[in-house]
Amino acid sequence: MSTAVFNPRPDQLDQDSQTHRWNYLNVGYTIKSWLLTHDHKRIAILYLISVTLFFFLGGLFAVFIRLELMTPAGDLMQSETYNKMFTMHGIMMVFFFLIPSIPAVLGNFLVPLMIGARDLAFPRLNLLSWYIYIIGGLFTFAAVLLGGVDTGWTFYTPYSSTYSNTNVILAAVGIFITGFSSILTGINFIVTIHKMRAPGLTWFRLPLFIWAHYATSLIQVLGTPVIAITILLVGLERLFHIGIFDPKLGGDPILFQHLFWFYSHPAVYIMILPSMGVISELITCFSKKKVFGYHFIAFSSVAIAVLSFLVWGHHLFTSGQSIYAGMVFSFFSMAVAIPSAIKVFNWTATLYKGSVSYQAPMLYAIGFIGLFTIGGLTGIFLATLAVDVHVHDTYFIVAHFHYIMVGGAIMGYLGGIHFWWPKITGRLYPEGWARFAALVVFVGFNLTFFPQFVLGYLGMPRRYHIYPEEFQMLNVMSSAGATILGVGYLIPLIYLFWSLRHGPIASANPWGATGLEWKTPSPPPTENFERTPVVTEEAYEYTPSREKLKESEVV
Amino acid sequence: MSEHSSALAHQFDDLEQQFEASTLGMWAFLITEIMFFGGLFLGYAIYRSLYPEAFAEASRLLDYRLGAINTAVLICSSLTMVLAVRAAQLGQRKALIVFLLLTIFLGSAFLGNKVVEYAHKFEHHLVPGASFSPEPPLAHPQQAQLFFGFYFAMTGLHALHMIIGIGILTMLVVQSKRGRFSSEYFSPVDITGLYWHFVDVVWIFLFPLLYLISRT
Repeated sequence: MSTAVFNPRPDQLDQDSQTHRWNYLNVGYTIKSWLLTHDHKRIAILYLISVTLFFFLGGLFAVFIRLELMTPAGDLMQSETYNKMFTMHGIMMVFFFLIPSIPAVLGNFLVPLMIGARDLAFPRLNLLSWYIYIIGGLFTFAAVLLGGVDTGWTFYTPYSSTYSNTNVILAAVGIFITGFSSILTGINFIVTIHKMRAPGLTWFRLPLFIWAHYATSLIQVLGTPVIAITILLVGLERLFHIGIFDPKLGGDPILFQHLFWFYSHPAVYIMILPSMGVISELITCFSKKKVFGYHFIAFSSVAIAVLSFLVWGHHLFTSGQSIYAGMVFSFFSMAVAIPSAIKVFNWTATLYKGSVSYQAPMLYAIGFIGLFTIGGLTGIFLATLAVDVHVHDTYFIVAHFHYIMVGGAIMGYLGGIHFWWPKITGRLYPEGWARFAALVVFVGFNLTFFPQFVLGYLGMPRRYHIYPEEFQMLNVMSSAGATILGVGYLIPLIYLFWSLRHGPIASANPWGATGLEWKTPSPPPTENFERTPVVTEEAYEYTPSREKLKESEVV
Repeated sequence: MSEHSSALAHQFDDLEQQFEASTLGMWAFLITEIMFFGGLFLGYAIYRSLYPEAFAEASRLLDYRLGAINTAVLICSSLTMVLAVRAAQLGQRKALIVFLLLTIFLGSAFLGNKVVEYAHKFEHHLVPGASFSPEPPLAHPQQAQLFFGFYFAMTGLHALHMIIGIGILTMLVVQSKRGRFSSEYFSPVDITGLYWHFVDVVWIFLFPLLYLISRT
């Protein structure tokens, strides 16, 4: 077994030994220095704080859902209240946590660092995107405070456009506004990755994290405006009855479903692709090995982005869509399995003969691979026309997409937060607690959502809070799992806060990882690098080739 | 020289990189705009193919002469915009300001015309909703409402883009008066031009789709 040899370069040692050094955190302490900052790293922190708030707010609604589902009777709340609970849970988690989570926090922090740039291409636009996000969030939060929304996060017409008596407009305006923050982030990343790479950093030397974010940005730029116009039309329909979704005037409510899923299915890939980018970094670093099949992983991200726009119809298999359209959508939906499987196989092959170590980020990464595989394979069930008729609108769907969004996206997010925590804060987190929390999350997650596959297959429909008694056992298991999962999310919140003051000081490269972000001190200075780095090698050169070793001997 | 270095934002190495980045950024933004309007165009295409007669009938209620005048006004504004960009590239400050003001004037003329058109629709009860009652009565009053729903949504969204464009042009006039632009640094004018032409092109599609479909 080979052990990883890590030799810090002399310039890094110099930087570490300096006792006082200006970095992006200690350069200013006023509120103004945070709220008017143009520094992508500080904006990432602003996003980190705000998405965390929305995550726990969305989680609070989940608590009420799981409490209600402990018993078959509707004893905790009325149907209307329950409808509001799952709607608010969905809206908060999807639009205000999952979509911005990795791109706006980790992507914002890391994209310029990883490509050796001083900042994103448009720093002011970046700050604007955070303000837009917050304004959208406030609108939606106001909708919650004023009584909530009950349409489901999908806002299906004609219920949302004509019949619902809740705060649809307010929530819709919030989502409309927040969409523009997503678009601005996407444009910023695309331009930055195209135009601001350091000398020598060619496209195929980019970290796979960057490829994943590039693909994500494409979806954000192409998909988000479509949900914007769709929500705008729902609003116009509600306010002025222009008729586009109203059968009375010749309009078609199903058109809404097409437009909605044209964005919202690709949006699933906005959530999972960045997570996949994180996993590529983690797997290589903790295997101390060059990634297996770099080009395949890079292009599979782009392939997923392209295919994501051709699969929306699998949400309409039971909506009266033509059977031929259904067959085409079924085919493309299954085709998404190919690039997804390419990633999973390449990660696994990267582990093979690597010097694998099991630090907390790696535990999340390995958990991701397993859970994403289950989530992805059950996606094939749902893409199969006949099976979908049986499990449509049941807990099988709920379990499937939580395996992708929670088991996939959030595991990747937490893994990434731990991995780059030393870079972001300059402090190490407590490793023992972090490994323990990762295991708690994994166990809690599976106990929450695996029973839901069974429930759905047995026929329990989603979005009902009263159910036959024979389903109680599985529902209680799920609620118990959710409790464990909740604890698993609270533990990192506590020890990460603790580490800000009491964690050991982090070196520039505590993991011995490759990548430009590790070549600058932790935390980085405001301008990221003292000199613009020049890249001379491929990504993930963990095992230097013999020629390289010889060269270094000569030197 | 100090003027040039103040135009260069700290994250860029040189003005060329900065110019390329802002141009690419504007193109990416215009792609989102195409997708944004695309949703409306898709809805229009679907319902027009479902109800061709109702759409043709309702389209005849629009005044194509006003639409044609506005098309001409907008094409002229694109010309003045191009001339403004050229003046900026050559560093001719006076010409730049004149052409920007002309563009603003033509854009405002378009919007004024639009106000007149909208007022007509209100007077003749052509606004979708409870008060929709065209004289003489139409053969397909429901689907005609759908047409007018699209008319107001599409032209309204287009007009909103014009208003934003005029706002940006006004800011450019203020900045050029302060001597912000030179033959080395003119990318704000350049990318505003891209935006302005995009908004014009949207109208070039809207005009035949809304005003001319019954006049073959």
